Amino acid sequence: MEAIDNTVKAYILKEFLPGEDPEELTSSTPLIAGGILDSIATLKLVEFLERRYNIELLAHELDAEHLGTISAIAETVHSKLGIKA
Amino acid sequence: MTHTALHQFLDDSARLYPDKVAVKDLARGAITYHELATLSERLRDRLNLVGIRPGDRVGIYLRKSIDAVASIFGIMKAGAAYVPVDPGAPTSRNAYILNNCSVKAVVVEQAFEEGLRTEIGRHGEVPRLLLLQGTGGGQPLWKALEREQGKDPAPMAQPGIPLPDDLAYILYTSGSTGKPKGVMLSHRNAVSFVDWCSEVFEPHEADRFSSHAPFHFDLSILDLFVSIKHGATLVLMGDEVGKEPVRLAPVISEQRITFWYSAPSILSLLAQYGNLDRYDYSSLRMVLFAGEVFPVKHLRGLKSLLPTPRYFNLYGPTETNVCTFYEVPTRIPEDRTKPFPIGKTCSHLESKVINEDGKEVEGGGEGELCICGPAVMQGYWNLSERSARAFLLDSSGQRWYKTGDIVIEDGEGNYIFIGRRDRMVKRRGYRVELGEIEACLYRHSALKEVGVIALPDNEAGIRIKAFLSTQEEKHPSRIELKRFCAERLPLYMVPDFFAFEDSLPKTSTGKIDYQKLKEID
Repeated sequence: MEAIDNTVKAYILKEFLPGEDPEELTSSTPLIAGGILDSIATLKLVEFLERRYNIELLAHELDAEHLGTISAIAETVHSKLGIKA
Repeated sequence: MTHTALHQFLDDSARLYPDKVAVKDLARGAITYHELATLSERLRDRLNLVGIRPGDRVGIYLRKSIDAVASIFGIMKAGAAYVPVDPGAPTSRNAYILNNCSVKAVVVEQAFEEGLRTEIGRHGEVPRLLLLQGTGGGQPLWKALEREQGKDPAPMAQPGIPLPDDLAYILYTSGSTGKPKGVMLSHRNAVSFVDWCSEVFEPHEADRFSSHAPFHFDLSILDLFVSIKHGATLVLMGDEVGKEPVRLAPVISEQRITFWYSAPSILSLLAQYGNLDRYDYSSLRMVLFAGEVFPVKHLRGLKSLLPTPRYFNLYGPTETNVCTFYEVPTRIPEDRTKPFPIGKTCSHLESKVINEDGKEVEGGGEGELCICGPAVMQGYWNLSERSARAFLLDSSGQRWYKTGDIVIEDGEGNYIFIGRRDRMVKRRGYRVELGEIEACLYRHSALKEVGVIALPDNEAGIRIKAFLSTQEEKHPSRIELKRFCAERLPLYMVPDFFAFEDSLPKTSTGKIDYQKLKEID
C-alpha cells in the first residue's frame, strides 16, 4: 500500500501541483473537493493508474469515494490488484 | 405559426404530441408532453398564488433533471424570468447571484437549502423557497406541489402571454470585477434564435436531442427549446455522466441521439478516451459545437470515428446566443492545423467589424465583431453603465453588441476568430474572466499581489497560472490555495498553477504587466 501511496503522490505532485512542497500533500488531503482533481485531471490520473498497474477502473468508480484522497486511490488500486492475483 | 413566448412551444407540442416522451432522464424516468405541460402549469399556479407576477425573477437551484425542465417552463408560464444557478458551484456564489437579481422565489433541492438560507441571509431577506426532496423524473416537483396544495390550495391561474421584450431568463457569466454579471434575455431574443435553428437544422419530431450543457449555460437554450418546439425527445445527460467520456460514449449510442450539442472539449475527450469504435452511432445526424476553438487535430479524429453526421461550428456569446455558424467540410485535409472559421452571420442577425475608434472596417480587415438584431440581449442586470459600454449605437439608433472578439474575414464571407480584446478566456466552453480569479485570490489574507494569466495548452486548450507575492516570507501552500479557490469559484476557474514571486512586474503606469508575466515561464 505504501508503495502505491508514494507513486500516486509523486504523480499528483508532478502533474497537478508543480512546485508544491511534498510535505503538504498527505494521504488524506481532499483531492476532488479541494480543487486539485477536476474532471480532466481525473481522466489523466485514471489513465496513469490503468497503465502503471495494468488495471481497469469502471466508470462508476471515478468518484470521491474511490479517488477522493491518496489513501482512497491506493485502496482502490490495491483491491483491483488483489482481485487479479 | 410564429410565437412570441418560449413556453408556447411546449403548449403546441403538448397539443400535437400529448403522449410522446418530451424529456428523458437516463436513470430516473421520462415525462410526456402532456405531463410536462400539466406539471409546469401546476407550478405556474403555485407561483401565482405566492405572488409571482410578470416581470419577477425566480431562481432554480436544482441538479439537472426533469424537475428542473418543468420548473423552467412553470416559471415562464407565471410570467417570470428563470435564473438557473450551478448546483456544483459554491453556495456563496449562487446566493450572490440570486440576491443580485432579487429573485422572489427559488425552486431548490433540500440538499442545498440550508447552505442557501445561510448564505443568502447574509445579503438580506431569504426569498420564498419551494423545497424539493430531491430531483429526478418530475416526481419530487409533483410531491412538493401536492404538499403545498394540501396546506394552501392554489387555484388555476390565467394563462398569460408575456410581451416579446419581457425577460425569459437571466444567465450569469464570469465578471471581470470579481462578481458574476447577469445577462438579461427576453422571449424575443430566445425565440428568434430558436426559429433560426429550425430553419438551418430542420429538426423534426423523430429527433432525439442530447442535453449535455447545464441549464445555467446558454448552450442549453438550443437543446431545450428547439427540441420541445419540434416535438422531439430531449435526453438529459447529468453532470456525473456528462464529464466522463467512458460513460458518455455508450449513452449517446444507446439513446440513439440524433442531435448532439456541446463545447468542443467534451468531444475531444470522447474522441480520445471514449472508445467510440465500440458503439453504433448511425442515428447521429448533427454534431454542433460552440464555446471555444475546436483543435483541428481532435476534430479530425472525431470525424474519422464518426463520419456520418454533419458538423457545425456555432459561435456567439451569451449576450447574443449563436450569431455566426460554419459547416465543417466533409473531408479535413491531413495537413490542416488552422482552426475552422466561425463562419457567416446567422440570417436573423446582422454583423459588422469595427476598429478601435468604433468605425467600420471595410474589406475584410481585422477588428471587433459587432452584432445587431432580435437575439441581442437587453443588457446586464442592474449594471447600467456596464450595459451601456457593451453596445455601440449607430446613427439610426440601432444597438450593436460589441462581442470583444477580434475577427477577420477570409475572402469568402466567413469570419475567422483571432483573439480577445480583453482578459476573458474560454475554458471547457465556459467564459472565465481572469480578473474574477484575481479578485478571489486577493481575498486571501496572506497574498499581497496577484496576476493571473492563461497559457495555451495542446491538451487542455488553456492552462491558468496565478503569479503571487505574499505579505510575509512564508507563503500558503498550493493545496491551500486550490482549496481556497474551489470554495469560492466554480471548479473550471481554479488555477492550474501557482507561482510565487518577490514582487510582480509592473508597467510604467504601475499596473501588473501581464506581458512580462507571460515571459517569466
